[in-house]
Amino acid sequence: MSERLKSIYDNIGLPRLIIVGFFLTILAAAAPLGLNVSSLMGDAIRRWAMYGILVLAMVPAVQSGIGLNFGISLGIVAGLLGATLAIELGIANPWLSILFAMLVGLFIGSVFGIGYGMLLNKVKGSEMTVSTYVGFSVIAFMNMIWLSLPYKSGELIWPLGGQGMRTTISLESSFGGVFNNFMAFTIGDPVTGLSIPTGLILFFLLTCFLVGVFMKSKLGMAMSAAGSNPAFTKSSGINVDKMRILGTAVSTALASIGIITYAQSYGFLQLYNAPLMMGFHSVAAVLIGGASINKAKISHVIIGAFLFQGILAVALPVANKVLPEGNLSDVIRIIISNGIILYALSKTKGGSK
Amino acid sequence: METRYLLNMENISKEYFGNRVLKGVNLQVKPGEIHALMGENGAGKSTLMNILFGMPVIHSTGGFEGTVEIDGKPAVIDAPHKAMDFGIGMVHQEFMLIPGFTVTENIKVGREISKPTLLSRFLGRNLETLDMDSMRRDAKKALSDIGLSIEEYVKVAGLPIGYMQFVEIAREIDKTGIKLLVFDEPTAVLTESEAERLLEIMKTIASKGIAIIFITHRLDEVMTVADSLTVLRDGEFVARKDIKDTSVVEIAELMIGRKVEKLVDDQEDTRILSDDDIAMSIEDFHVQMPGEMVKGIDLDIRRGEIFGIGGLAGQGKVGIPNGIMGLYESEGTVRVFGEELDLKKLGNALEHGIANVSEDRRGVGLLLDESIENNIVFTAMQIKEDFIKKVGPMKLFDSKKAKDHALDMIKLLDIRCTGPKQTAGSLSGGNQQKVCLARALTIDPEILIVSEPTRGIDIGAKKLVLEYLVKLNREKGLTIIMVSSELVELRSLCDRIAIVSDGKLAKILKPNDSDAEFGLAMAGSRKESVGNE
Repeated sequence: MSERLKSIYDNIGLPRLIIVGFFLTILAAAAPLGLNVSSLMGDAIRRWAMYGILVLAMVPAVQSGIGLNFGISLGIVAGLLGATLAIELGIANPWLSILFAMLVGLFIGSVFGIGYGMLLNKVKGSEMTVSTYVGFSVIAFMNMIWLSLPYKSGELIWPLGGQGMRTTISLESSFGGVFNNFMAFTIGDPVTGLSIPTGLILFFLLTCFLVGVFMKSKLGMAMSAAGSNPAFTKSSGINVDKMRILGTAVSTALASIGIITYAQSYGFLQLYNAPLMMGFHSVAAVLIGGASINKAKISHVIIGAFLFQGILAVALPVANKVLPEGNLSDVIRIIISNGIILYALSKTKGGSK
Repeated sequence: METRYLLNMENISKEYFGNRVLKGVNLQVKPGEIHALMGENGAGKSTLMNILFGMPVIHSTGGFEGTVEIDGKPAVIDAPHKAMDFGIGMVHQEFMLIPGFTVTENIKVGREISKPTLLSRFLGRNLETLDMDSMRRDAKKALSDIGLSIEEYVKVAGLPIGYMQFVEIAREIDKTGIKLLVFDEPTAVLTESEAERLLEIMKTIASKGIAIIFITHRLDEVMTVADSLTVLRDGEFVARKDIKDTSVVEIAELMIGRKVEKLVDDQEDTRILSDDDIAMSIEDFHVQMPGEMVKGIDLDIRRGEIFGIGGLAGQGKVGIPNGIMGLYESEGTVRVFGEELDLKKLGNALEHGIANVSEDRRGVGLLLDESIENNIVFTAMQIKEDFIKKVGPMKLFDSKKAKDHALDMIKLLDIRCTGPKQTAGSLSGGNQQKVCLARALTIDPEILIVSEPTRGIDIGAKKLVLEYLVKLNREKGLTIIMVSSELVELRSLCDRIAIVSDGKLAKILKPNDSDAEFGLAMAGSRKESVGNE
């Protein structure tokens, strides 16, 4: 019996136990502090589904052997380009608008991803360092692009001056909330009850399912093999470099879908420096879910995204209640996300790839 | 009068975790003589040298038995610096030189000559300045001692490989009181003219009264320079001979000589092998595999035969399968049943029905974290689109079919495991090898290449694997190419054995050819073996 308990414990791992414990503690503390638990939970669920696809983008990257993709900002800007183009064209139907944004995002993301993958093939062994800087650089580069894109739509550009895009762009007239409101319902009181964004959750789970199917296909399995043992894969007649490019491209393309899903739920597009740290949050989430730099599964994504976003959604109001002064929630978020990345990286065995 | 020996190692035995690698070995070297130490890979040469140098690997595993005497006095060498104090030096096979330093600096590193300065008077020796003039003088002397005319101020980085070796030698010579130098396969990386030069230098050094232990596989070199030799085989002392009393053939026999054990029981043989029915023909084949370079090989392998490729480590035998499979860059022509392989195209050999079991089981042969089932079916799925079900445009993995097949293979090859879902990494070596074999057989090959099929697996599994190979050959008519360092294994299984030496074909032998023939071929005495034909 104790052996079985130990093997269960080994499977879950200490950090995840701590995180789960922490999550349950703050959840338990919420009610006595006079917070509305069901709305907190609703918040956690919404954030879980809206962030989920960005976390999912880690799976093909890790499986194809490039490690944790800190550079999903590349896919994020691809998605933002798609979304802004949809607004610029003024597509009125929200479903058509989001479909257009995603298709453009997918296309640009795949192209970026292929180039990014070729770059990562040149820096084997230090992919994660390079991807971090690619992520940062692309944000800085896009800051210039956002200022100079020749968009004309009043929704996009600063009202004064007539040039350069705003930092936040409302999606009210395009595709804001289109998934969230689809088949949405509320349990209990319409104002304070637990609201469930059915469409958003369905879309997230559908994407997970599709990625899962892809990973079980001939191509997906070749890609995973390339990540776990390049020499073996090569001896089975598979071009490892191509598989790594494929993994990077799929990861980047997923990130572009991810940011559009995120934005429609949030109701705004955030340009400029807003996506700077999103790569880190996704990495932290998938690691909390149980992934390592060599292996990531869909289940890690679903669990990790929920725990990470759940803690942020619940800890923020609780922390503000306990310590009303200061901006503690942000500090907690930084501690958790960077702490878990540090923990996971220290756990990996150097040079094991 | 009894001969005076500079070095006298007597009755040396060494055990690594219950595995005896040296059994009562003697080694005696006279002052100023070149003494060759010979034996196959794994004969115990390196262990003996590690003992001589007091390497930590010896003393951390329980030391050794036997006595070491230097100049007639018992010597205790339990750390490398003590060996240095006794005047024993080593010229390494891999150069231990600092590329950015000059020749002088490399010769003198660690033993710099220094002059006191004002600061050093207060703060110790580390702050003395280097006396470059006397260091240069010493370096020059050492270089001229070995008859090498390079400028002592050039950087090592740009020197040809042969010269780097000479700088190493100069460094050892420069040590004061050096009495014995060990050369560990010094000619392995040199070109022919460089090797000749090195042998000259060795003679020069020996004429100055310094004894040399010369470790090599090359018989011709031994005959040219050595005065005497000691042969080891499987950790046992075989003989000490003076060169003038022996011949190349005798040395070869001493190195190989062992009774041919029967590793495999006889099986009914109804095969008809014909020189007109060629399964694979290799012409002028070159492979750029580091450490196992193949430099132009021609082979014709008949349909239905078990063809062995043998030779010492590093001579290129392992390069052949890796080149055919496209894992390393290769040149030349390989025809499979008359069709030419595209060597540039990865996986082309697989598509032509050639399966390969890699010599590097854990590194190349397996996905250690994946299940046995995935390991077995992976290649077949990727190459032949077996174990795939089509759902619309998607090619999905058919896990049920894969599981059934894996169960069949587990039963067929007797893979000891908890089930097809167990990870390959958690299996024992022998069972891992069976998984590799199962993977190769799953693509239903016409030619099977197995490299080092029994490396690191226990005797029971060894017999089973070898017997299964014979069974496949006899019953299914599978053409098998077996690459192995174990001559016994090759001789008990194969119809013909090609011995590769220095990246080239030394000779094709029959399993019942004499030990001397094998020894000569492996030691690369190509000229003589050609002469015998």
